[in-house]
Amino acid sequence: MEGQSVEELLAKAERDEAEKLQRITVHKELELEFDLGNLLASDRNPPTGLRHAGPTQEAELRALARDNTQLLINQLWQLPTDRVEEALVARLPEPTTRLPREKPVPRPRPLTRWQQFARLKGIRPKKKTNLVWDEGSGQWRRRWGYQRARDDTKEWLIEVPGNADPMEDQFAKRIQAKKERVAKNELNRLRNLARAHKRQLPSAAGLHPTGHQSKEELGRAVQVAKVSTASVGRFQERLPKEKAPRVSGKKRKFQPLFGDFAAEKKSQLEMLRIMNSKKPQLDVTRATNKQMREEDQEEAAKRRKMSQKGKRKGGRQGPGGKRKGGPPSQGGTRKGGPPSQGGTRKGGPPSQGGKRKGGLGGKMNSGRPGLSGKRKGGQHQGGKRRK
Amino acid sequence: MCFVLKAINYVLQYALKKPYGVLYKKKNITRPFEDQTSLEFFSKKSDCSLFMFGSHNKKRPNNLVIGRMYDYHVLDMIEVGIEKFVSLKDIKNSKCPEGTKPMLIFAGDDFDVTEDYRRLKNLLIDFFRGPTVSNVRLAGLEYVLHFTALNGKIYFRSYKLLLKKSGCRTPRIELEEMGPSMDLVLRRTHLASDDLYKLSMKMPKALKPKKKKNVSHDTFGTTYGRIHMQKQDLSKLQTRKMKGLKKRPAERKAEDQEKKSKRIKKD
Repeated sequence: MEGQSVEELLAKAERDEAEKLQRITVHKELELEFDLGNLLASDRNPPTGLRHAGPTQEAELRALARDNTQLLINQLWQLPTDRVEEALVARLPEPTTRLPREKPVPRPRPLTRWQQFARLKGIRPKKKTNLVWDEGSGQWRRRWGYQRARDDTKEWLIEVPGNADPMEDQFAKRIQAKKERVAKNELNRLRNLARAHKRQLPSAAGLHPTGHQSKEELGRAVQVAKVSTASVGRFQERLPKEKAPRVSGKKRKFQPLFGDFAAEKKSQLEMLRIMNSKKPQLDVTRATNKQMREEDQEEAAKRRKMSQKGKRKGGRQGPGGKRKGGPPSQGGTRKGGPPSQGGTRKGGPPSQGGKRKGGLGGKMNSGRPGLSGKRKGGQHQGGKRRK
Repeated sequence: MCFVLKAINYVLQYALKKPYGVLYKKKNITRPFEDQTSLEFFSKKSDCSLFMFGSHNKKRPNNLVIGRMYDYHVLDMIEVGIEKFVSLKDIKNSKCPEGTKPMLIFAGDDFDVTEDYRRLKNLLIDFFRGPTVSNVRLAGLEYVLHFTALNGKIYFRSYKLLLKKSGCRTPRIELEEMGPSMDLVLRRTHLASDDLYKLSMKMPKALKPKKKKNVSHDTFGTTYGRIHMQKQDLSKLQTRKMKGLKKRPAERKAEDQEKKSKRIKKD
């Protein structure tokens, strides 16, 4: 009798458990795939119940959603949890879905001088506290920066050391030392940056006047000083007997007059072949440059027309009123012209966007989609701006 | 982050992405499928890579273009038409706070059948998943976006989560329809070429999961490890002592004599 009651109790307990679990269990043919890092669940089961569209569709969709969500929640509740300030927090794993990046992977930068040194010596960064106790003010202050803990420039009393000149300003000396340190740090930072971008560092060796420079050093310093103007030394006056400065730049290399007969023959035959061929040879670089220049001119003309129209509305001017500029000169002064629309393919039409906000509304993109194809091709094959 | 253009569908998407979205309202924007320069310009200006563009014309009514960028150039664009739309305002109940990370559920086997659907799923995950977090407050999971692919349509529904008591630790879920719901029809797609897609998926070395050396996995899930040992002198190996196999002194003597004779023969 008692045995039976014990059995009954056990059976009842089991039934209770099953009932409880039933509330949260969902039966699915195919298991769902979970990516808990993204709080994502994918259900591969074909939604057969919803095949027939009808008035109950919403309810059926909701039932399906409820089932799937229940499964996802079951998974989430099984994650390891922490208690953070009275809230139960689950630690999510890494997301497994591979999504494309927003921006390209950054290139690896070369190590700075300090990093190289530290790597050689095996120096590791020591973990430092954020705040340091400052005796003078009697409070915790930051280690560096504004109102730092041990700022020697802010002292109100400095003892003059025994060997120092009594007329020297010790406060100014400390401030000067600080400025020098800052400048040195800045110089090193810029050098590291230049090294990272592989740009040539302008060397300042021997350019500071010391009083003990040799004739060659002085000559070099003079040269550098001459070229360090806005016009790169073109309009600098010369002393009466001074020689014109040597033009430094790319030296043109010419082939020797006679030597490699095979190569000469080949080049001559190639030239003849090009001259005889019926099909025109396309020099992609020149074609793209020409195209870009034409588009720049068109745009400039348009802009002038717009400004004309605007001005005309304000004050009556003849149609030819603003033709001062005329057609822009070819080549010549166009070196630093505004970046043409699709030419760089980087940021659309910035100048247009900027000017047209208030007034003209309408088209943002004066749309030359047809040409962008050609531009793209040319650009990739090396459309360098040549004059 | 995303930016949304045009007035027609701005309410729903903007609300969904509220703190991280930028809304641009400008009429007469060019068509995304023909010319992508203006989209790229906007993306550069606002430094956003996800975008949604709404338009309406006779040929394509209630059109929505969802897309993403890689390095400020268009990576994928998918155009969907909205057939039925119920906005946040139409459903009158309490909403969850904006900026909550939603749970995403994709139902239906269509999402793995075609490349278009696969990319669409990937794009929707990218769009709606929100910031990546390492911990989540279990009581703060309030919002579910459910996508069902059925009969060529995609049913997008958003529900608010109600946690009810069940007997055990895991609560029972009840859903309440809360947010915008749409029926979408796939129209045109402009997917990235394979190599561009591969390029965009490239992960820097630091983020790649580190491969453990000398550990391999079987198809059945068994993990195999490889141990490299130095050369052992097998004669000094300690084995189990079987008393029955022990050599008796007479046998041992005989062996020694054999060895000696062999050595003499060699010499």
